[in-house]
Amino acid sequence: MTPPVYLAFLNGYAPPWQDVLADGVREALSRPVRTVRLGIDLAAAYAREREQYHATLILAALLRHVPEPGARILGVTAFDLYIPVLTFVFGQSQLDGSGAVVSIHRLRPEYYGLPRDEGLTVERAIKEAVHELGHAFGLVHCPDYTCVMHASTYVEEVDLKGSGYCDACVEELQVRGHASAR
Amino acid sequence: MSARKILIVDDELSVRQSLREWFLEDGFAVTTAEDGAAALQLMDDGPYDIVLLDLKMPGMDGITVQKRIRELDKGACVIILTAFASVETAVEALKLGAFDYVTKPVDPDDLSNLVRNALRQRELTEENVRLKEKVSELAQVSPIVGDSPKMQRVFDMIRTVAETDSTVVIRGESGTGKELIARAVHAQSKRRFFPIVAVNAGSIPESLLESELFGHEKGAFTGAQYRRKGKIELAHGGTLFLDEIGDVTPKMQIDLLRVLETKRFTRLGGNQEITSDFRLVCATHKNLEQLVETGTFREDLYYRINVFSIEVPPLRERTDDIMPLARFFVAKYARAMGKPERAVSPDAERLLGEYRWPGNVRELENAIERAMVIGSGETIRAEDLPLHLENGGAVEPVERSLAAVEKEHITRVLEELGGNVSQAAKVLGIDRATLYNKMKRYGVRRDT
Repeated sequence: MTPPVYLAFLNGYAPPWQDVLADGVREALSRPVRTVRLGIDLAAAYAREREQYHATLILAALLRHVPEPGARILGVTAFDLYIPVLTFVFGQSQLDGSGAVVSIHRLRPEYYGLPRDEGLTVERAIKEAVHELGHAFGLVHCPDYTCVMHASTYVEEVDLKGSGYCDACVEELQVRGHASAR
Repeated sequence: MSARKILIVDDELSVRQSLREWFLEDGFAVTTAEDGAAALQLMDDGPYDIVLLDLKMPGMDGITVQKRIRELDKGACVIILTAFASVETAVEALKLGAFDYVTKPVDPDDLSNLVRNALRQRELTEENVRLKEKVSELAQVSPIVGDSPKMQRVFDMIRTVAETDSTVVIRGESGTGKELIARAVHAQSKRRFFPIVAVNAGSIPESLLESELFGHEKGAFTGAQYRRKGKIELAHGGTLFLDEIGDVTPKMQIDLLRVLETKRFTRLGGNQEITSDFRLVCATHKNLEQLVETGTFREDLYYRINVFSIEVPPLRERTDDIMPLARFFVAKYARAMGKPERAVSPDAERLLGEYRWPGNVRELENAIERAMVIGSGETIRAEDLPLHLENGGAVEPVERSLAAVEKEHITRVLEELGGNVSQAAKVLGIDRATLYNKMKRYGVRRDT
């Protein structure tokens, strides 16, 4: 049986579109997806001077909670994430590993002074979740700007790409033994 | 296509790890170094497309590291990472050739664009180098002049062998243009888009030849301050032209045989085996069969290299080519010297035709070059040529017909007597009517 993907909503974050996100991930990966709530110690990941959370440290904490071998865990948080050197990241993943984390913080239109739009937010969240999980399944960035694995460094780029893998990335996933992905 | 290589140099572990993860997701082959010394060691082991370099590090500072990186690999794109406080130093780094600098923390989009632009520059630089090498290679392929049947046979052989990947031995006296033949074989082969690398085994002592061919590691011998690739490695994908193979020492013959059989070798002082896919074209003015008989040339190497043999005839055996070659060299040196082209006078032409050319085409080229330098007027005269029939080993070619000699002598006498047929007939010991008949038969005119 194919090990599932766990969507772990961190430290009490409970957006109304959890099921929509789970459906989007399930559709892109053709894998069972389970939604869980997880509390981890975020204090060590907080950088007071930046008012941001260190994505790598959150990821390290998440990896201690992978429920079963072969499963992938994706942490979902509303906190703003960073890695040293960069001002922010939408998410981070362990390349060809077990876990990833995405932040909804900069995916929300209201972050940019625009009206709240939960539909757009969840659409972006699906894309970033599928993107980071793609890394966890071993994919690197894709030059096809419509592919979900295309690198996005600002939110308009996230809007531009689709929420599914291109043919080349699907083929790569199959080569890597993740044949159920599409 | 293999992954682009990026080297991240920063003393902070978290920065190295973060950037490593970031660029791995982008499909880069990522290496990290915690200080300048480690970075330079890595650079010494192999090239990187991009180097992300922190300016403030303990030990060797970023500016010094950058200077050393430029010495090791001019093509590497160095991107400086700096804090706001050291922007002035970053500007200094730019003046020293850094591609750009970013202040930490950097916006992901800025870093992404910067790296994309750096890669584009790197690709353009690499393309530029390849094109320059190609242009230079094409410029080196001089046309081979030769309408004589013997040279036509050589051209046929070049065409035949170029299509194969066989080893070729080009034989011929010194100065016959063996290297030109080798370059023609390469230029017509499927390897033509890769380099042809020439080594003259006869002009280099054995110890140096070994290093020249196989390369050496840093510290392999006194004075080996840097790793150096050998000619065999540089010829990867292309052709190795080994001139004067008959002069190679027995020790080198063994080494060469091994490389030819396995296409693998190690640099001097190194342990790592390197593979090079090259085609060998070699040349010699010596009789290899005699060398094998006397034991100075290995029989197994002889059979290994003597797959296809091209014999380049000496110039004295293709006298039809002398004047076309002379005119070719006149045009070549006229262009080089910015002078008008000059005709070759009949006496000079006769001298060129009668000379035995022990130094072959090279000697002819030198003679024409000298004539173009010292001569004046519209024509090259016999006295402009540094050829002395009595001292230069010139002999009358035995294969010339009596008619050719007679025609030449009549022409010369008429020329000396200003076209006076009566006087010429007296000198020649024949009557005027006979002389006129001969002039008509040979197409000789009074004003020749």
